[in-house]
Amino acid sequence: MSTKESAGLPEPALPQSVNLRQEYAETGLADILDQLDRELVGLLPVKTRIREIAALLLVDRVRRRMGLTVETPTLHMSFTGNPGTGKTTVAMRMADILHRLGYVRKGHLVSVTRDDLVGQYIGHTAPKTKEILKKAMGGVLFIDEAYYLYRQENERDYGQEAIEILLQVMENQREDLVVILAGYGDRMDKFFRSNPGFRSRIAHHIDFPDYSDDELLRIAEIMLAKQNYRLSPDGHDALIAYIEARKGQPLFANARSIRNALDRARLRQANRIFASDGAIAIDTLSIIDAPDILASRVLKNANGADTSDAGKE
Amino acid sequence: MRVTQGTFSFLPDLTDDQIKKQIQYCMDHGWAVNLEFTDDPHPRNTYWEMWGLPMFDTKDPAAVMLELAECRKVYGGRMYIRLSAFDSSHGWESVKLSFIVDRPANEPGFMLERQERAGRKIAYTTRSYAVNKPQGERY
Repeated sequence: MSTKESAGLPEPALPQSVNLRQEYAETGLADILDQLDRELVGLLPVKTRIREIAALLLVDRVRRRMGLTVETPTLHMSFTGNPGTGKTTVAMRMADILHRLGYVRKGHLVSVTRDDLVGQYIGHTAPKTKEILKKAMGGVLFIDEAYYLYRQENERDYGQEAIEILLQVMENQREDLVVILAGYGDRMDKFFRSNPGFRSRIAHHIDFPDYSDDELLRIAEIMLAKQNYRLSPDGHDALIAYIEARKGQPLFANARSIRNALDRARLRQANRIFASDGAIAIDTLSIIDAPDILASRVLKNANGADTSDAGKE
Repeated sequence: MRVTQGTFSFLPDLTDDQIKKQIQYCMDHGWAVNLEFTDDPHPRNTYWEMWGLPMFDTKDPAAVMLELAECRKVYGGRMYIRLSAFDSSHGWESVKLSFIVDRPANEPGFMLERQERAGRKIAYTTRSYAVNKPQGERY
């Protein structure tokens, strides 16, 4: 889009220097990157890579205008990381970022899993995969848990057919769509090992690190603020203790675990308010207090007595 | 004889870039783009074969161009391929735009047949030279 706009302007004589700052401001890129910084806690490697990509696309934009050759860069990505590290959230942002940079034309995100690509009988897979690819043209195709596409144990699995079509389109129509694969680290490694073609066609392998305790706390605060809740000072301390205890337990899913914990804290808070008699201050409605969090089974079992039902928390 | 029909019949054949822009126009209006092909060029032949399904929920012309490329790979140069845009909105429910995007390399044209009827009347009919051969072998 943006290249078209600049082409529409009356053609000035090619200048000898360019102001990248000004370009940067024009694309509104600063807004997106700031927003990314503000709303996504941690994830330093991810943000660095997004900045690098943004810089490349910005320079390409200027180069194109100066009449220098620009080859469309490959922007297919793979996001790997543990559960709840923000892979899907970043993918949603990615579509917007690439659109503002003028790399994809429409900037919509089509999010699919194996079910949407792979058919159930012979001859069903190709049309199904193509249908999805067509829908994603001009935008971003996000394949969550991509490793399910390839089932090693069954060599007649139709997933292989979907992979072949995907690879072909990823190679031949780089300027029409961006494919993002996401999944847990170890399984994605296995997936790439059995499909080397995939690995080499993806330029950006981004690993999402686990969050630290501080980051999880900040995430919790942002989540609560979005729902018009806040923590009391005691509640704050209780949450710190909760995060520490929960991290030590199995099936910890980073931000997702925190979200679940907060949802349950809200339940208890509602119950607590409901049980109290008489008039309540409006403020009370939006404060999560220590008892709401301390009642969690995670903290009760923190001393290692029983972790068998830690999944339920 | 170059067969013409549809929206841009008075223009030379559109280039791929121009086709892309027309598709974008259709998508901006929410019309479903559809590809059809036939080897019976008679103007009254409205029943063309469909290439796949109409594309209702695509957002970018690249998707249609992909299908067009596939269709051309199979029928390009030996069938007529046309692109039509269907407006499904209430009250219209009809084709809003349609034009030919690919044609046989060699178009033999039409013969005008005169049939003499009673009372010096003459009935006219046109007949494509191509349809003398069976379907699939015409161009």
